[in-house]
Amino acid sequence: MSPSHRNHSCCSGYTRSQLLRSAAAEAGKGLPAIEAGMPEPAGTGLSRRKFLSQSAGLALAIYGASKIPLSAFEPGIAQAAQGDKILVSVFFDGGIDSLSVLAPVGDSRYAQLRPNLALPPGAGAGFSEDPSLQWHPSAAALATLHGEGKVSAFPAIGYDHPDQSHFTSRHYWEIGELQVGHRTGWLGRYLDAVGDNENPLQGLSLDGSLSPMIATADKPVAAIDSVDGYDLWARVGNPIESEMFRSFARFGALPADSPALGQVRRATAQTDKLRQDLAGVGGFTSPVAYPETRFSHKLAGLAAYIDFGLPIRVATVRAPGGYDTHADQAGDLEENLRETCEGILAFQRDLEARGLADRVLVEMWSEFGRRPEENGSLGTDHGAAGCAFVIGSKAKGEMVGEFPGLASLDGDENLRATSDFRGMYCSLLEQWLDFDAEAIIPGAAGFARPTLVKP
Amino acid sequence: MGGPTGAYARMAIPQQKPVAAKPNKRQRQRRRTWKDKHFRWVSDGQGGWRIQSYIVRHRHKPKKRHRRGPGPKPAPRGAGAAPVIAPAPAPAFDPRPPGAYQGGFGVPQATRLLARAGFGPAPGQAEQLVSLGLTGAVQSLTRPSGTAVLSGPPPRDDEGKPLAPADAWGHDHLWWLDRMVRGNQPLVERMALVFHDWFATSNANVSRTQQMIDQSNLFRSRCFGSFLDLFEAVTIDPAMLQWLNGNENRKWAPNENYAREMMELFSLGADRGAYSEDDIREAARALTGWRNDWSSQLGSHNFRFEPNWHETGAKTVFGKTGNWGWQDACRLCVEHPLHASFFVEKLWSYFIPTPPSAAVRDQLAQAYVGSGWQILPVLEAILISPDLYEGPPMVKPPVVHLASMLRALGRPVDTEAWAWICEQAGQQLFWPPNVAGWDDTRWLDTSRMRARWLMVTYVLEEISIDAWNEPYSTTETPDEALNRALASWGSPALAPEHRTELLDLARRCESLVVANWQKAPYRAMRQNALLQLIGVSPDLILQ
Repeated sequence: MSPSHRNHSCCSGYTRSQLLRSAAAEAGKGLPAIEAGMPEPAGTGLSRRKFLSQSAGLALAIYGASKIPLSAFEPGIAQAAQGDKILVSVFFDGGIDSLSVLAPVGDSRYAQLRPNLALPPGAGAGFSEDPSLQWHPSAAALATLHGEGKVSAFPAIGYDHPDQSHFTSRHYWEIGELQVGHRTGWLGRYLDAVGDNENPLQGLSLDGSLSPMIATADKPVAAIDSVDGYDLWARVGNPIESEMFRSFARFGALPADSPALGQVRRATAQTDKLRQDLAGVGGFTSPVAYPETRFSHKLAGLAAYIDFGLPIRVATVRAPGGYDTHADQAGDLEENLRETCEGILAFQRDLEARGLADRVLVEMWSEFGRRPEENGSLGTDHGAAGCAFVIGSKAKGEMVGEFPGLASLDGDENLRATSDFRGMYCSLLEQWLDFDAEAIIPGAAGFARPTLVKP
Repeated sequence: MGGPTGAYARMAIPQQKPVAAKPNKRQRQRRRTWKDKHFRWVSDGQGGWRIQSYIVRHRHKPKKRHRRGPGPKPAPRGAGAAPVIAPAPAPAFDPRPPGAYQGGFGVPQATRLLARAGFGPAPGQAEQLVSLGLTGAVQSLTRPSGTAVLSGPPPRDDEGKPLAPADAWGHDHLWWLDRMVRGNQPLVERMALVFHDWFATSNANVSRTQQMIDQSNLFRSRCFGSFLDLFEAVTIDPAMLQWLNGNENRKWAPNENYAREMMELFSLGADRGAYSEDDIREAARALTGWRNDWSSQLGSHNFRFEPNWHETGAKTVFGKTGNWGWQDACRLCVEHPLHASFFVEKLWSYFIPTPPSAAVRDQLAQAYVGSGWQILPVLEAILISPDLYEGPPMVKPPVVHLASMLRALGRPVDTEAWAWICEQAGQQLFWPPNVAGWDDTRWLDTSRMRARWLMVTYVLEEISIDAWNEPYSTTETPDEALNRALASWGSPALAPEHRTELLDLARRCESLVVANWQKAPYRAMRQNALLQLIGVSPDLILQ
């Protein structure tokens, strides 16, 4: 479905109690004890519920008689009432060239090291916090948000003794420590600590496979291939279909005596749960225009899901394209970076229009930066320190760590790091997710916490 | 965006469930029907056919000479249908070397061997393998003669036309899938898949798909020989030269992409202290000199070594200094003291989920080095290892799951849907996610599990019953229903707890029948539900 086909006229005539009554009746659970004039159930917020029912009314309008089980909303209502924050991770896969995203045009060595790839001064917007840096022209959307004080930039983020393997370095970033072979991501451990036993939506990957960042030890998490719907189809109708899914769910609940069987059981149980939770959530409209790209469409869907009140805590999405630009870097980077930044800007505007901007923070990262000196293939090889960004209305909007300059590179002729990614994680956990970083990031006490969130 | 486009739109996933056309109450009461017994051919689950009777309700009285079936017997069910042979007793002579698995070698063991060293059994094939004994069975896989024979109907696209593997999107995937389904050298195909993952190269950065197909043929032809030969051939393989920029690595400006991955991923492993950043830079210099031409017609072509582009100075790799070239770079990696253990552990991990004991690993490494880095002795030792037969199961990669289902059903590759469904399930051939290959520990999440569900729905396309339009038994019992579904799947072994659950499902469905008109359609849907759940059960997902 192309984005332009989703401009359904919206019917928000459903009131809260109508919606809940019809949904409950269809789910066969009887009427909920929420009627006009009745006291609010403890721990829930009226305004949020009303909002939720209106957006769910939209789904009903689109899908006619499709049912929205209450299970999809109860955790979301509870979570929304707590005002939980959402963190969205955007990953530049392959090691993005930070010296192009924030080009050090004011550094005299830049043009020497990059005779072909250096961006000319004035090609993009200046970076107000460090006059020697300049935004890549394709990052103009990010520059706009930075100008509004909604971007905290890390111009040289990394860690000591940088590893130049994609897989090792990415693994470090994913698990939040410098170890190999761990199976849970740093956000997965966070979800293990605060998450729900029944809610796979709490950690949601939008790329058709689960990001290792949100891999948990035992709490359910989900990956979806499309934001346009999630159902399991077979040539079986009701009432047999419900019995089939009951057995499918039981396959997922049986004990397992091997890791592989446990994996199948877990995936089965979570798949069935997600099927129930996302039933009826299919079409959505966006209050702002997004670029017509797959990446933007995912973000548009995510904003709509959050607005639906779906109980998402952490979402991950990969930036479009690849950033391992060993050859012919300029063209690939220009296109992919533009698509990413424009999508992020539209997402931010969408959240602002929906009144959700104070609940969502975006973190953009890559496994490393690239070598300051270009190679002979109009590209760059693997480097060390790179860039990261924390974006949102609640982002502090101040640069973290200075740009170290190209005059004194490390022993491998790579950029030195002036901030540690684990410090960024500690700040996000403590300042945004209200969770003790000590419990998630090993050695957390040793990392400086930059201020990333506005008070 | 979002939904499938082009040819795939035809196979699009229905966004809404089809609504079964149920007659309303008045129609049901008014309609007079004549029950009539008909006969038809159905699969006997072993590649043959049997006659099944079913009840047809006619809306008019049947005329004289009304045809009630079953018609002439159809041709044997093509593709993977192996000759049906009686289960043979274990051979009197089944010599097993010390350290090999010493337990019974029956159908369950042969099935596991065929699943891991191939793509599962076609009906009757596991029994055939049992008759050879363990060693004979393994050698029948590891020592095939001649080139592979593909039997059964050739693959077709959605319009019934032959595939265009080098030109049409996804047809490369279908081309290989077909070799997995129809080929008689399953281990060669499985090893090609192993090395496609080991030296993971992707269409994403290769100008012509034919070069990817050529690379897979390289894996087929060298998968049992010397690893050094294979490594050298891969190093200068056109697809690999493009994928890791070996063709842009010149003495004036070395590109270290291939040098890094040849150590980290192909021969030594990361984080083992085997090499330094300097070793990578020096090896990159040794690898300089390969180039190619480019034209809009041919893409990258004419790959060759250009002596003038090669760095001829001395290089020091792993502490050894010399005027090394690309072959030396490969040899130095393979001669490295940490290579043999890397090789045997990595090869082992494709067949057995738990790592080998240190003693077994050292033994295998010794056999490997002693044979001059031959792959075959290590592979054969892995395939007769007790860990393979006694250890825990593994999750089948998506294409293995799919190919083994098609083999069990005897269905040829006849739809392009397999390309995008496997992509959603996490494994489109010739498109590994990155140079490290597929992550075998993450085959299943909610997105990929949904794709496997979809895969099973599509696999069952021709077997499942149109409950409201096709006739079906009104008397089938729960046991009969489960047996029929299992027979359709080629009689796979089900875990007892899954059999219990499916029987329970069959009974629950029957208890939902409250009116006569529901008897047949509910039973037909029950059959579809059983078929679907067997396909997505752990029994078929695990190997």
